[in-house]
Amino acid sequence: MRVFMLGWEFPPFISGGLGTACYGLTKALDQLGIGVTFVLPRMVDSQYATHVKLLCPGSKQSSEYIKELKNVKFCTVSSPLQPYTTSDSYQRMVEEILRRKQKGSTSGPGIGGLNYCGDMYSEVHRYAAMAAQLAEGEDFDVIHAHDWMTFLAGITVATLSGKPLIVHIHSTEFDRSGENVNQMVYDIERKGMHLADRVVAVSNYTRNIIIERYGVSPDKVDVVHNGSENNGNGGWVSGDVDIKKGEKIVLFMGRITMQKGPEYFLMAAKKVLEVMDNVKFVMAGSGDLMRKSIEMAAGLGIGHKVLFTGFLQGEAVQRIYKMADLFVMPSVSEPFGLVPLEALQNDVPVIISKQSGVSEVLRHALKVDFWDVNEIANKIVAVLKYPPLETTLRNYGNFEVRKLRWKDAAAKCAKIYADMLIPV
Amino acid sequence: MASVCFYFQVHQPQRLRHYTVFDRDEHYFDDYKNASICRKVANKCYLPANRMFLDLIRRYKGRFKIAYSLTGVLLEQLQAYSPEVLSTFDALAQTGCVEFLGETYYHSLSFLNSRNEFMEQVNKHLDTIENLFGQRPRIFRNTELIYNNDLAVLMESTGKFDAILAEGADHILGYRSPNFVYQPKGCQRLKLLLKNYALSDDIAFRFSNRNWTEWPLTAEKFAQWVSSVNGNGQTVNLFMDYETFGEHQWEDTGIFDFMRHLPEEILKHPDNNFKTPSEVVDSYEAVGTIDVPHIVSWADIERDLSAWLGNPMQSNAFYELYKLEKKIKKTGDEKLIADWRKLQISDHFYYMCTKYFSDGDVHKYFNPYDSPYDSYINFMNVLDNLRGRCARYQQQMQQAPQQQQLACAV
Repeated sequence: MRVFMLGWEFPPFISGGLGTACYGLTKALDQLGIGVTFVLPRMVDSQYATHVKLLCPGSKQSSEYIKELKNVKFCTVSSPLQPYTTSDSYQRMVEEILRRKQKGSTSGPGIGGLNYCGDMYSEVHRYAAMAAQLAEGEDFDVIHAHDWMTFLAGITVATLSGKPLIVHIHSTEFDRSGENVNQMVYDIERKGMHLADRVVAVSNYTRNIIIERYGVSPDKVDVVHNGSENNGNGGWVSGDVDIKKGEKIVLFMGRITMQKGPEYFLMAAKKVLEVMDNVKFVMAGSGDLMRKSIEMAAGLGIGHKVLFTGFLQGEAVQRIYKMADLFVMPSVSEPFGLVPLEALQNDVPVIISKQSGVSEVLRHALKVDFWDVNEIANKIVAVLKYPPLETTLRNYGNFEVRKLRWKDAAAKCAKIYADMLIPV
Repeated sequence: MASVCFYFQVHQPQRLRHYTVFDRDEHYFDDYKNASICRKVANKCYLPANRMFLDLIRRYKGRFKIAYSLTGVLLEQLQAYSPEVLSTFDALAQTGCVEFLGETYYHSLSFLNSRNEFMEQVNKHLDTIENLFGQRPRIFRNTELIYNNDLAVLMESTGKFDAILAEGADHILGYRSPNFVYQPKGCQRLKLLLKNYALSDDIAFRFSNRNWTEWPLTAEKFAQWVSSVNGNGQTVNLFMDYETFGEHQWEDTGIFDFMRHLPEEILKHPDNNFKTPSEVVDSYEAVGTIDVPHIVSWADIERDLSAWLGNPMQSNAFYELYKLEKKIKKTGDEKLIADWRKLQISDHFYYMCTKYFSDGDVHKYFNPYDSPYDSYINFMNVLDNLRGRCARYQQQMQQAPQQQQLACAV
């Protein structure tokens, strides 16, 4: 069994949960002995160093193996596509690359002769074409495409190869943009779901959106909940964090965008501070609503109680978890939500929005409607005020999160692959 | 001789309303929900079951007998929301074939923390039952059949009771059978009646279970099981929740028809009869002593306290609640004391149970909360408000004499 997998990020190129999910799933599939050819779009102009030596293809494909993943082969398609980009930001990005290229400041081999398309729509098509070319020399049984940007590539490869296509939905346009959907993205998502042989949703919550808003037949949509990667009690942090603090810390971590509900976090903070004084609220992350959130905190008169850290990575993340007493995820619409699992692994109890996929798999978490600011505040106060609540949530939650394994998610995917290969 | 001794537990908790840290008012209970559940259960269970038992008692002219334990908090709610149920219980009391048992008025776990509070609630319940039904209970059953030697000794020392009930758990009985009368260790006079959990649960839990090899359970089959006790037992103690009839086992499972036919089938055997707990105690001598140093209850597989006090939240809420006892009582404020006591209803702690994986289903079914965490938060917020009221009351009392002096001076 070999899977032709179309992803769009992979560690260490991660800006959100998708890369983590692709990594977890691929690694677990690998352990099940299922071969994976992992294709991902990659911006040539990357400043990241990586243990995977990626070649820049021009039109030729490159492939690499990572040591611990013996059945996985990586192929990259040169493209500036990145998750969580909008048409506008894509445009800016391309212009930036062109500008730098003219200045001759880019590094890395083989840049010349690259042909970037001027808008995201054409780029998705170009990626499809290149992926199809790449697929020609590959041997595989099924195609597994993650989220909309890879769907056209998935469809093209499926058409050319005649192999069955699975599209995996980690988030939909409705989650990212509310009701102001980008029609182009919606159309691609819809097309992918309808042309695919099977659709995998990361939660029942997402499955319902797929059925209701994309008109996909329910018997075609399976739910495969994400797992959690790290099974220990968080990482060890060098230079032990020795914080003597009289203040409690409530943490928001994630992109500061409409989808994540930062304004509900701030409104709840305001309410909490009406009855408690020794609390600080930390917003870790960046995003298009960051400036607005800073202004909002000031406007609510709690500016001195809210700290913005910007985007955190690596050890800084561990450190912030060590400091935090509580993690809050007030997402407006969260297909899954891996961050609460990460928080629990780091012994931080969590409050999560009921409008999330992760609330389907966590019992030992406090659950709220994202709009119910009063209740969010009520629960924040309770956790900070009653140590037995915090202890119970932390201990049972940490235990529970260890049971959510990628192994099980991969086994479900493997079963879906096998089902599709049974001749009708 | 095999006597069938039925006792039904009748209880409805007073559920708390959603109470956040921002709430300030002193009304803690969800009157709407409590009223609607009370009326619903009255219609599905209490009224039809009471009518059925009244019919059976009349039909068998003194040969069919049962016992009830009605909690004080249930009686209060019946009075307020379904007084017609009270009058049918009264009619049952008038037949002379129904015995009422004693317990804590608030269906509380007070025995585990405060003997004073416990006895006050027991006495309050005795008075209430006597006022309503004209008989003073002589048999005691503690909340959820929570029991140990100390409890038995304490109840004997009051001189108010002839016997006490407990779960016939395997680990306290060993090779012995629950179908005899025993004596608690450390008691001279008080007797012990043990629940036959196998036969009780056949009716209460397994009756409608289609995966059960004995399904469907007929009155005839059950009567055979009971009759087989003849020769190696004297009493079959069938203790269960009254809500078994119509609420846990819905009417369409045939539970009422089963019960309607049971007396006839049981009495077909000449050696069988029905007795109330008091009659069992009067008829049979204790055949041995049962030693229960550790607490047993009738809950879950563990038969222990883990359903109410099994996690840190439960112990904390329990401890914080009873810590207020002295202060609350010192105020002498009836409303305040009643509110505090209603927080002792064991169900509040049951809702906080996190034992999801084995008995979780049962817990979930009876739980008005989405999660045990929500229930703890709610409880603690209410308790916080109660504590505040208590403190304010004390302050006022301290200030009051000073003000009087001032008034006199003026």
